[in-house]
Amino acid sequence: MIEVEVTVKNRAGLHTRPAAMLVKLAGKFKCDFFIFKDGYQINGKSIIGVMTLAAEKGSTLTLMFDGEDEAEAAKEIVDLFERGFDEL
Amino acid sequence: MKKKQDILLKGIGASPGIVIGNIFHYKDEYTNIKEISISEKDIEKEIERLKTALKKSELEITKILQFAKEKLPEHQLRIFDAQILMLQDEYFINGIFMRIKSELKNAEFILTDEIRKYQEILIKTVKDDYLRERAFDVEDVKNRVIRNLNIQNLPSKIESSVIIVAKRLSPADTVIFSNNNILGYATDFGGYTSHTAILSRSLNIPCVVGLKEITEMISDDSIMILDGYGGNVIINPSEESINEYKAKLEKHRKFEISLMETSKLPPITIDKREFSVVANVEVPDELDFALSQGTDGIGLYRTEQMVIYKGSFPSEEEQYLAYRQVADKMNPRPVTFRTFDVGGDKVLPSNYQENNPFLGWRGIRISLEKPEIFLNQLRALLRASVNGNVKIMFPMISTLSEIKKAKEYVELAKKQLDEKKIPFDKDIKVGVMIEVPSAAVLANLIAKEVDFISIGTNDLIQYLLAVDRGNVLVSHLFQEFDPSVIRTVKFIIDEAHKAGQKISMCGEMAANPITTMLLIALGLDEFSVVPSRIPEIKKIIQSVTVDECKKVLENVLSMDEATTIKNYLEKSTKEKFPDFILDD
Repeated sequence: MIEVEVTVKNRAGLHTRPAAMLVKLAGKFKCDFFIFKDGYQINGKSIIGVMTLAAEKGSTLTLMFDGEDEAEAAKEIVDLFERGFDEL
Repeated sequence: MKKKQDILLKGIGASPGIVIGNIFHYKDEYTNIKEISISEKDIEKEIERLKTALKKSELEITKILQFAKEKLPEHQLRIFDAQILMLQDEYFINGIFMRIKSELKNAEFILTDEIRKYQEILIKTVKDDYLRERAFDVEDVKNRVIRNLNIQNLPSKIESSVIIVAKRLSPADTVIFSNNNILGYATDFGGYTSHTAILSRSLNIPCVVGLKEITEMISDDSIMILDGYGGNVIINPSEESINEYKAKLEKHRKFEISLMETSKLPPITIDKREFSVVANVEVPDELDFALSQGTDGIGLYRTEQMVIYKGSFPSEEEQYLAYRQVADKMNPRPVTFRTFDVGGDKVLPSNYQENNPFLGWRGIRISLEKPEIFLNQLRALLRASVNGNVKIMFPMISTLSEIKKAKEYVELAKKQLDEKKIPFDKDIKVGVMIEVPSAAVLANLIAKEVDFISIGTNDLIQYLLAVDRGNVLVSHLFQEFDPSVIRTVKFIIDEAHKAGQKISMCGEMAANPITTMLLIALGLDEFSVVPSRIPEIKKIIQSVTVDECKKVLENVLSMDEATTIKNYLEKSTKEKFPDFILDD
């Protein structure tokens, strides 16, 4: 299991487009993927879940990966956050 | 004039065009979902039924998306992308399956309940309006799945060549119906910037929204005339009305084809006097249309539309992105952004009920008293000015001190950006609207204080004549051809020219073809009009000489009544331009 903390960097936060990017990317991996924010937990492979997170710019999220390809998943998904969903 | 049996409804003309045809009353709302218990042996059947409906819905939206890709810009497609992901959302769907199993209830009921839960979270936790809009996208997905659970196939049942009438239309509906060669849309709800309005403009389908109760007034065999220019709808029109509109339609068609050619050419009179014809717009989606009409730029960009749409003042960042998009798209053509003109008949961000809102807290008066809001907007505009094609204009100016104060804020905003080393156009032009009689009187002094002036005739006329045109008791006294109005406009233009300043007009008067020759003679430099009027105004300019316009002006100045002037202008315009379609 891997736990990583990330910050939402793109201006508009996790709105529809980044949420869709995140869910699409997460869907490529076999491992479980959860996101924690302010004591609230959602499944990172669920678009409706990610949308209800309402993560705005600057908010901190904890990502949790658990499964055989967890290392690879963590690397790519953290990278997506780092790139600000290509909206920087 | 209107025949007895006609039922005339007035809405908002959201997308131009006139169509006549049968109606199709589209009902796609499922408000009364019944809670039905199922037995344990039916669980698998119920889950299969839901799976099939989900699959079918996904196929439908995929089809809509493919179709939409050919017709709509990239950013308008995201709605559908997200909807597909929702239908593929295993976490969400498994949750529904599990509840069907444990609670032994029908799929419609559980689905509706789950969606409601998510909508509540979205509406409660999400501060951002754009994100909150997604709650309605979820609604659209729900309705589609429920329809497919009931094996209804509404859109494909719709014959072509009908006018779709509905309470409201979802983005998906608006797109998919257009595939069936439907004639137009008429809805109870929605404004000029609603999804339906924006998409129908992009799809080039005539549309009238905000008709309030049209779904109550039609029956399935109703025939309808829909006029997307004027926002009018006539239900069960008489023979005469049909013929009248058919003639109007035919005339429009021929005329528009001929105008599209001349509209590509610059607005120069026969004797080589050059003018500028630009567009008034409210939302970025109108820019493509304005460009297709041959605009030389944007003479009035109404930024308050963002406030009205959002229900609160947008942040600097939100504004910058929006302004930048407009400025980039129009580059190198100039774009004049008018700072927020809220108040009056537009939303006022305050709970204080004013007795006389038009004489109250509006336009620049609010901006000057809310420096943080004003500076946000000024910084956003300055940042968007890097191409060098942005101009800033202040509304509702009534004194010179307001202009001086507003300019001080512009300087302050520039200083703040300089400190952060954020680039902007150092020579940005700053101007004002003249729409208050006191400003008209001071036109010469104002012209010396600013880089440009634009006459806002709608407010100027109502303040000059002391007539609230929204008040039915006096609205007939709102006479744009009153001699006092013509003389005031003449005075403003002359005073501005004396100060060496060019002058624009962005009120409805500039867009009325019967005044074009008059305004040419008065020396107006720029006509800023609704995009659909650009080709006509250009055509008139290209077809006249300044001398012949001066004769019109001379005659008008000798007349002492509004109706005499109006009749004269109408008659002379009709004689010179028999093909023109003039407003009644």
